[in-house]
Amino acid sequence: MPGYYNTQHLTDFGKIADVKPELGKKFFDYYASVFVDGALTAREKSLIALAVAHAVQCPYCIDAYTQDCQQKGADFEQMTEALHVAVAIRGGASLVHGMQMREQVQKLGM
Amino acid sequence: MNTTVTALQRVTEDLGNDRRTPRADSTLRRRCSPLAAPAEQLRVLAAVPIEQQNVPVAFETLAGGLRPAGLEIFQVNVGKLCNMTCRHCHVDAGPDRTDAVMSDKTVDQVIAAIGRTRAHTVDITGGAPELHPRFRELVDAAVGAGKHVMDRCNLTVLLLPRNQGLIDWLAERKVEVVASLPHHRRPNTDAQRGRGVFDRSVEAMRLLNAAGYGRGDPHRRLTLVSNPAGAFLGASQATAEREWRQSLEREHGVTFDRLFVLNNMPISRFLDWLQQSGNLEAYMRKLVQAFNPAAIAGLMCRNTLSVGWDGRLYDCDFNQMLDLELAMPGAAHIANFDEASWHGRAIVTARHCFGCTAGAGSSCGGQTA
Repeated sequence: MPGYYNTQHLTDFGKIADVKPELGKKFFDYYASVFVDGALTAREKSLIALAVAHAVQCPYCIDAYTQDCQQKGADFEQMTEALHVAVAIRGGASLVHGMQMREQVQKLGM
Repeated sequence: MNTTVTALQRVTEDLGNDRRTPRADSTLRRRCSPLAAPAEQLRVLAAVPIEQQNVPVAFETLAGGLRPAGLEIFQVNVGKLCNMTCRHCHVDAGPDRTDAVMSDKTVDQVIAAIGRTRAHTVDITGGAPELHPRFRELVDAAVGAGKHVMDRCNLTVLLLPRNQGLIDWLAERKVEVVASLPHHRRPNTDAQRGRGVFDRSVEAMRLLNAAGYGRGDPHRRLTLVSNPAGAFLGASQATAEREWRQSLEREHGVTFDRLFVLNNMPISRFLDWLQQSGNLEAYMRKLVQAFNPAAIAGLMCRNTLSVGWDGRLYDCDFNQMLDLELAMPGAAHIANFDEASWHGRAIVTARHCFGCTAGAGSSCGGQTA
């Protein structure tokens, strides 16, 4: 094992369906359908995917959706704004848990 | 000294005095880059290690022989002179390219050939074709021959003092303006063409709109042409067109009629950039992986005659830049062009052709699949 993350994994991702191909096919079909133009454009979906990729900290997804966003016509500025949406929600999620702390402090303190 | 040479001196003086057009790059020729030579470009492309089943990938293996279609587009490249120096330029055009400008004799031969051709469209390109001293004469000859005329325009050239009044002149002749604009927002456009080009382009679009272009009138058609600002393929044309329309109208109050999305060809300055940025191998692999057989039917090489600045003939503007002449030995010059035997030629291809068959396809008329 060379290590935990390997860029070749992304290229070979399809091989995950070599075992239980019926499940793999369902997943990849579903995945492809998610990203087609709909009420949201494919570019908007790609920007959401880029933000989520940063939130779940998946280097494969970050690579894939950085390229995909560019190819769908998004620029660096738009992609950075999408990133900050993920950052804001992640940060906000921590901060809002502070309300729990606050409640406890107020209950237990004098 | 003929009229074109004297007039050309005035053009280069104007370009020398032009401090307002931003420039992104310098020409390969000025840099004395080895890639200025077409043979070196072909060698570099052939040497990229892309293999399938341990055999180097050739375009012909995947695409087979391309079958010629009827002649529809008579494309004339009047030369490599341009007021800009974009990073992705497949022509290696620029203000210093006075070495490659169509001569009086060749212009005369082209005008005579336009009178004879059955092609319905005359597509004038460059460089910036509007800088050629006989551009208007060429347009008038094509309009007079009943052709639909396309001017492949870089937008900023329309703002040069020497071209004042040109937009109205084109409008009177119902010339379609096919204008390159890499992206509908500033950052990617300026990255490819030079800082400030986006604002100049929007300014030119305002003038075009004011002259009736880009407002749905088929006789004043403004087509925009987008190129990706980097080592990736073009966006989906239909979706991009909707997004561009909204963005350009909302942010800048300008409109256009249709959008073509092209892929960048791995030749000339884009090839140089791919090499310098370490993207060449991955980009070529991307083009091959995205090979789309459905893009073949609409390829421009099937229905286009491409005339070079020196009168030599090619299957497309990219082959022209690579010196890959029409496979009609002894007849690959506009002076002796024979349209009947042209239909029986074999189309010349090489590895750069993967640029036109990748993804949704790419042609002078936009996506093909």
